[in-house]
Amino acid sequence: MLSRTANHLYWMARYIERAENMARILDVTANMALVPNAALSEAALWQPALEISGNAESFQERFSEFTASNVIHFLAMDPENPSSIYSALYSARENARAVRVAMTSETWENINALWLEFSQFEGKDLAVDGLREFCDWVKARSHLFRGVSFGTMLRDDAFQFLRLGTFIERADNTARLLDVKYHLLLPKEEEVGGGVDYYEWSAVLRSVSAFQAYQKVFNDTIQPWRVAELLVLRKDMPRSLHACFTEITAILENLTTGRHVECRRIAGEINASLQYGRMDHIFQNGLHEFLTEFIECNNQLGAEIQNSFLNIHAA
Amino acid sequence: MSSQARTYFDEMHSGPAGVRDLYANYANWLRDVPAAQLESKRQEAELLFRRVGITFNVYGENAGTERLIPFDVIPRLLAAKEWDVLSKGAIQRVRALNMFLHDIYHDREIIKTGIVSENILTHSQYRPEMFDVDVPGGIYAHIAGIDIVRTGENQFYVLEDNLRTPSGVSYMLEDRKMMMRLFPELFRRYSIAPVEHYPQVLKNNLRAVAQSGVKDPTVVLLTPGAYNSAYFEHAFLAQQMGVELVEGQDLFVRGNAVYMRTTEGPKRVDVIYRRLDDEYIDPLAFNPDSMLGVPGLFSVYRNGGVTLANAVGTGVADDKSTYIRVPDMIKFYLGETPILSNVPTYELSKKDDLAYVLDNLPELVVKEVQGSGGYGMLVGPTASKQEVTDFRARILADPSNYIAQPTLALSTCPTLVEQGIAPRHVDLRPFVLSGETVTLVPGALCRVAMREGSLVVNSSQGGGTKDTWVLQEKSPQEVSEIETALKDEVAVC
Repeated sequence: MLSRTANHLYWMARYIERAENMARILDVTANMALVPNAALSEAALWQPALEISGNAESFQERFSEFTASNVIHFLAMDPENPSSIYSALYSARENARAVRVAMTSETWENINALWLEFSQFEGKDLAVDGLREFCDWVKARSHLFRGVSFGTMLRDDAFQFLRLGTFIERADNTARLLDVKYHLLLPKEEEVGGGVDYYEWSAVLRSVSAFQAYQKVFNDTIQPWRVAELLVLRKDMPRSLHACFTEITAILENLTTGRHVECRRIAGEINASLQYGRMDHIFQNGLHEFLTEFIECNNQLGAEIQNSFLNIHAA
Repeated sequence: MSSQARTYFDEMHSGPAGVRDLYANYANWLRDVPAAQLESKRQEAELLFRRVGITFNVYGENAGTERLIPFDVIPRLLAAKEWDVLSKGAIQRVRALNMFLHDIYHDREIIKTGIVSENILTHSQYRPEMFDVDVPGGIYAHIAGIDIVRTGENQFYVLEDNLRTPSGVSYMLEDRKMMMRLFPELFRRYSIAPVEHYPQVLKNNLRAVAQSGVKDPTVVLLTPGAYNSAYFEHAFLAQQMGVELVEGQDLFVRGNAVYMRTTEGPKRVDVIYRRLDDEYIDPLAFNPDSMLGVPGLFSVYRNGGVTLANAVGTGVADDKSTYIRVPDMIKFYLGETPILSNVPTYELSKKDDLAYVLDNLPELVVKEVQGSGGYGMLVGPTASKQEVTDFRARILADPSNYIAQPTLALSTCPTLVEQGIAPRHVDLRPFVLSGETVTLVPGALCRVAMREGSLVVNSSQGGGTKDTWVLQEKSPQEVSEIETALKDEVAVC
């Protein structure tokens, strides 16, 4: 298939996944605001949402205060913020439009309809009203996108690149979420397992749809290191790092093209660390260090995918 | 137009007792449909078109502004025998035009005989680079859109031949799909000739014009990109034909061949259906500023390493000064009598014609010789005095750049507009495909001027589209059987 086509499909899927993850973060943060004493201040509550998405700096260039209203506008609706939900969905649709031929008409129409429907939220102050509804809508559209592409597309390379985009982005997002939250929720002097707020951790779990899974798997009160284990090493937890890399390595195996030795090597290396890694070792060397390295390796894999297949100079 | 009491031929109503026989059944049906129901069908269509993204971009508006072409739910009908004449006439024209193009880039017999003046070789659309280049099958215009208007029961005129990158066929196909969805019962009641095989015919033709010796030719469609006004059509046709939709940056030249950049490495391309004007296809050969083309493409093309459809240099045959000669070409190359007539045309490069036109500007339509898309033209009867004065100055500055035609009394067709059903002017663009054979599918793009009295049907000027039904005859027996069946169905419900 055309490299440019693969590139658009890959990024289309990444942007939709990015929008979904942002919606998840906004959703649980807004929910935390309803728990008494959950955070010392509005700023303490909303700042992490910016850190997870990695754009606290660009926020501060434009806004003076970390108010709910500012952060929500910036992360959800701001066309000037390239990682807002608005921008992600706009980019997803533009990528889709450029290669509408390469996907089934149902998949294209679904993304086009998504963009048309988005207008109903424009101009609304979501901080005042409608944030939950908005986040639910973004998540539902993302589910629908995965469903319709999974249910209708030929299992050719186009499909594989689309799926590749989804999991590379998801792995990155889960790692960032865990990293930021772990940092914030565990004061340095405190032992792992100290007095951590139950609500905070359940919010982290809910943001990745893992609250019920946790109960099922551990049947125990919520312990931070177990949350980490669930989101890093559990292969059966669909948003965990391990689950993402199980998919990624399989996709790279499925690609019919033979131009990706280095991609396979990097993915295999990361996958092995997740497959054979042990949580106590990870904690010994520092979860933050582990996640930082993971995010770097994942980026490196992304860059290699870009070089091997997607950049038009590849040919 | 209201100031002038002109009467127009109406596709539905200009017949005995106010309805032409062809429309008798449809007119009955239409009369019984509540206005609200028709309006709700129109809205449903609009919603669906938007959802599917059947939109176009207008030059000069904000980048990325997407608009819908208005779609009318009332079809234009043509009888099988009318279609027979139109299709034979269109095919005849395209055969002659392809022979003309071959001739003008080879022996130039038609200039030697004096039918076409030597001036044509200085024409901006004439491509000297194409001289003595052989194209597969001698076919230049693989896809031709022939614009036809009607002024009376048996009066059809060809308005122009579009031989460069004619567009609009996707609307012919999508309008049909929409009508079948909105009014399935009508499709059972009438025998409407299908058009859905157009992409298949096109693909077969494109494969047939690959250079000889290529076994399983790879066809691609070259688009200027997602911001082009006809991008939807490019994407649609590529999808329907199952070929790659490429942009210039996806292609590159190596040796005497064109390749596309794929995830598996370079892949050879044999036939390029390009929806990009000559000027932009190759920055090394034509416009050096073009970011849309492929450097080196033209030299590969000249050396026979790839086929372009349409060929480079077809523009010389579709401008309005060449148009005048098409009936002569038909006689010259085919030895046949033209089946379709030209609109009488004044050439402003001729002194007498110029004088006549300047004296009669308010009654005439004046067009730029090389214009298209409804831009740069004067429609005398609807123009203001000031517009006429301004245009006169433009003509005098460069008379040979213009032709003039009488304002044709374009036929009207009932159309659903805000005020209800009202007559609006229409034209017809069938698409003639040349490959192994010269054919067309039984249907056409029907464009309709949505504004009252307007004669300009171009989508860039607010024109809409209608589905065109070529009705095959049904015996009275068949009709009554279908009617009974439909009634039974209602009873069962």
